[in-house]
Amino acid sequence: MSVKLTTRQVGDVTVIDAAGRITLGEGASSLRDAIRETVNAGNKKILLNLGEVNYIDSSGIGELVSAYTTVTNQGGHLKLLGLNKRIQDLLQITKLYTVFECHDDEAVAVRSFSS
Amino acid sequence: MPASKKQVDLALSSDLKSVDTAETVVLELAQRLGFSEDETHKIGIALREAMVNAVVHGNKYSAHKKVHLGVWEENGGLRIVVSDEGAGFDLGSVPDPLAEENLLRESGRGILLMQAFVDEFQVRKLSPYGMEITMVKYAAQKS
Repeated sequence: MSVKLTTRQVGDVTVIDAAGRITLGEGASSLRDAIRETVNAGNKKILLNLGEVNYIDSSGIGELVSAYTTVTNQGGHLKLLGLNKRIQDLLQITKLYTVFECHDDEAVAVRSFSS
Repeated sequence: MPASKKQVDLALSSDLKSVDTAETVVLELAQRLGFSEDETHKIGIALREAMVNAVVHGNKYSAHKKVHLGVWEENGGLRIVVSDEGAGFDLGSVPDPLAEENLLRESGRGILLMQAFVDEFQVRKLSPYGMEITMVKYAAQKS
């Protein structure tokens, strides 16, 4: 199963709910497309919910980095929500915890865009 | 001399379907050998990264080149060998993905993940062409 992406709006924050696998191929490119569409629509506050993502490989990590730079270069903010232990481990191993702001609670994450 | 029994010997085409095939075969073997769910997941990621490296960077999706997968049960653990028929690369020339200036690169983390998720990791250039990645996961980490 590749990744399934659903976009919703919470106030002025766009939440992208991801579910499944983000790996080389369809899963990774789907995420790239979703981020670009969101940014091109003028939404600069993006919360990527990975709560239902059970698998990410190095290509998927690359897509998270690509999403981050795409949003940041447009003057926006991308934050992550709901990382399971395995994804947390991947971000630790790759030192990307120093790059991404990660949250466990959606309400707190949404509010953090205003602070 | 370690007790070693070859469980898998496949010559796979250079496409992403082969990555999924290899992952399925090795995960089934890891589960059968009694590795925990978490360790099986790590084996799967390491195997996937090795296969992607061979298909994408080694063979560059060439229909004329194969990716070779060998898996041995070794003292209750796993020895996984993935080789390609590409030009090969120098491990020392791979940029450090943990260096500050490389953190935002979109690629280059595969070897890092393989090294992180197995107990032994070796890369060697084959003659006259190709690269071979050997990964060993010890049995001691079974549940």
